Amino acid sequence: MNTIKRLLPGRKALIATPYLWLLLFFLVPFAIVLKISFAEMIIAIPPYTSLVEFADETLNISLNLGNYIFLIEDDMYLNAYLSSVQIAFNATVFCLLLGYPMAYAMARAPQHMQTTLLLLVLLPSWTSFLIRIYAWMGILKNNGLINNALMFLGIIDDPLLIMNTNIAVYIGIVYAYLPFMVLPLYANLVKHDHSLLEASADLGSRPWKTFLTVTLPLSKSGVIAGSMLVFIPAVGEFVIPELLGGPDTLMIGRVLWQEFFNNRDWPVASALAMVMLMLLIIPMALFHHYQSKELTVDEVGERS
Amino acid sequence: MFNPGSSKDQPILQIQSVSKQFDDSLAVDHVSLDIPKGEIFALLGASGSGKSTLLRMLAGFEKPTSGRIILNGQDITHLPPYERPINMMFQSYALFPHMTVEQNIAYGLKQDKLPKETIGQKVHEMLQLVDMSQFARRKPHQLSGGQRQRVALARSLAKQPKLLLLDEPMGALDKKLRTRMQLELVDIIEKVGVTCLMVTHDQEEAMTMAHRIAIMDAGWIVQVGSPTDIYETPNSRMAAEFIGSINMFEGRITQDEADHVVIESHLLNAPVRIGHGIATALENPDIWVAVRPEKTRVTREKPATDNNWSSGTIDDIAYLGTHSVYYVKLDSGKIIQANMANIERHGDRPTWNDPVYVSWEESSPVVLNS
Repeated sequence: MNTIKRLLPGRKALIATPYLWLLLFFLVPFAIVLKISFAEMIIAIPPYTSLVEFADETLNISLNLGNYIFLIEDDMYLNAYLSSVQIAFNATVFCLLLGYPMAYAMARAPQHMQTTLLLLVLLPSWTSFLIRIYAWMGILKNNGLINNALMFLGIIDDPLLIMNTNIAVYIGIVYAYLPFMVLPLYANLVKHDHSLLEASADLGSRPWKTFLTVTLPLSKSGVIAGSMLVFIPAVGEFVIPELLGGPDTLMIGRVLWQEFFNNRDWPVASALAMVMLMLLIIPMALFHHYQSKELTVDEVGERS
Repeated sequence: MFNPGSSKDQPILQIQSVSKQFDDSLAVDHVSLDIPKGEIFALLGASGSGKSTLLRMLAGFEKPTSGRIILNGQDITHLPPYERPINMMFQSYALFPHMTVEQNIAYGLKQDKLPKETIGQKVHEMLQLVDMSQFARRKPHQLSGGQRQRVALARSLAKQPKLLLLDEPMGALDKKLRTRMQLELVDIIEKVGVTCLMVTHDQEEAMTMAHRIAIMDAGWIVQVGSPTDIYETPNSRMAAEFIGSINMFEGRITQDEADHVVIESHLLNAPVRIGHGIATALENPDIWVAVRPEKTRVTREKPATDNNWSSGTIDDIAYLGTHSVYYVKLDSGKIIQANMANIERHGDRPTWNDPVYVSWEESSPVVLNS
C-alpha cells in the first residue's frame, strides 16, 4: 500500500505525458485554427485580423462568421467536399475488393509464409510516400512505363490518357492505402477458427455459401476497421490528387491548400478545415463505436 | 438398450481397408470396421493413434489414400463433406459465434432449402430434445460449457443424419460435468436412435458411453469388442495395458489340457493354474499371463493352494478412499499392483514393508501371446 502511495506522483506524471502531448500538439493548434476561422483576411503578417481588440477603453471581440457563410454560398466548396467523399468512398470499395482476397489468402497461407507475405505488404511503405507517388507519375504518364510497353507491343497506337485524370488518382489512393485495408482484415481473418468452416461444410453448406454466411459476417469488424483507415485519410488527401490528378480533380485537400497558399486567405481556409474536421468526426465516431462494441463482445467471449 | 449381435441387418457403416498416408507417415493403416444401425461405437486411442484422422475421413475433411467407406449401401468415399448424410459434433463445438442458438441449429436445415415453418418446427423439437428452449435467443458466448455442448448436439442431430460423429465429446468439459453429460448424451442419442461413432482418448468415457469399442494404436485397430470383452478378455498385451492397469508375467506353458493350463513363471514363487483350457492352440509355449489388480488379493497368511500365489513385501500403498492400491515387491523383484476395497473403516490392513502373499482365483488370469 505504502509503495503504491509513494509511486503515485510518478504515475500521475506518466499518465499526464500523453495528455500534455495531445494538448500541445493537437488541442492548441486546433484552437488557433478555430480562432483564425473567425477572423478577417488582411494583407499583413499574419494575414488575418485579431479577434480581440482593446481601444478607447473598449474591449471589442469580433467574431466574423463571413468565412463560414462564404463556404455555404459558394457551392464550389460543397462540390469539393462531395467529390472528395465520393472519390474516397470509391477508393475504399476498390481497396476492399482488392484487399479482402489478399488478406484472405495471407491468412490461409502456410504459417511459415505468412510473415513473408506480411512483410511484402508493408515493404513499400518503407520508402517515402512522396517518392512512391512520383514513381507512379513515371509509370502512368504519356511516355511512361505502361504506355511505352503497350505501344512497343503494338496493342495501342496512341498513349492512353491516364495521368492527370481521376483514374490516376484512384490508382494512387488504392495503391497508397491498400496496406491499411489488408492489415486489419488479415489480423481479423487469421484469428478465425478453421473448425467453423468445417462445421459449415459438415452441415451441408458449399464453400461459397460458407464464405457468405460464416467468414464474411465474422470479418465484419475487420472490414469496418480497414474501410475507416482508408476512407478517413483519403477524404483529406492532398498529395495524390495534386500530383496525379488533373485540373478537374476536385478534392477538399487541394482546395484547402489553394486557399492557404495561393489565395493566402487563411480565415476561409481555416473555416474549411473546421468544417471538414466536423464532417469527418461522424465516420470516426462510427468507427470508434463499432470497435468498442467489438471489444466488449471479445471480452465476454473470453470470460465465459 | 441396444443389443449388438442381435442385429441381423446389413451394417449401416462399412469401413473397408481404409488407409491415410500423410507426407511421411501412415496415420491410418488398412482399417476395416462394420458398424450396425443404432450402435454407439467408440474409437479409443492415444493422440497420434489415427483415430481422429479416421473420423475426419468419415466426415469428408480428409480423403482416404486407399480403401472405401460405405454408408447405408452408398459409396461415400469421394463425396465432399456437404453432400454426406453425416453430421459431426466438434470437440470445440464450433458453434457459429455470430448466430443465436436457434440460428445455429437451423443452419443445417437452411442448407436443405426447407420451408420456413418446417425449419422452425424442427428447431423447436431439437431445443426441447436437449432442454435448451429457454436459451433459444442467446449467443454461444452467453452459454456455459455444458449448454454449448447441448446446442452442438442439437445442431448435429437436426438434419437427422444417418451417422453422428462425436469428436472427443467431453474434451472441453470439467470432470464433474463430464460424468453427467456422458449419460445425458447417451440418453439423447438412444432416444433419437442415430448410429454414432465417437473418438476419445478417455477409456472411462468410452466404456460409459459405447456399446462397442475399438482400441487404436499407430493407425491399427488392436481390438474391437464390448467394454467387458475388452477389459476382461484383452487379445494382446497392448490391449490389456491400454485399458486399466494390469500385472503381466512372462511365462511358459508346462501343461495344456482341455480343462486347465499350468504356466511357470520365473517371476512368481508358485505356478499359475488357469481353471479352463485356452481356446487357441499355441505353437510357442512362451507367453504372458496377465491378472487385473482388483482380482489380485493381498494377505498376510500363505494361501492354502499350491498355485496362483507369490510372496513379497509391500513397497507402497496409495489410499484412494473407495479402495487402496498396494504395490507389492515380489521376491523376484517385480512390483505388482493389487486393489483392495476398503470395506471396513479401520480394518487391520497390511502396511509398508510387511511380508505378504499375493494370490488370485483360477479364473482370473488371461493368457496373452502377443
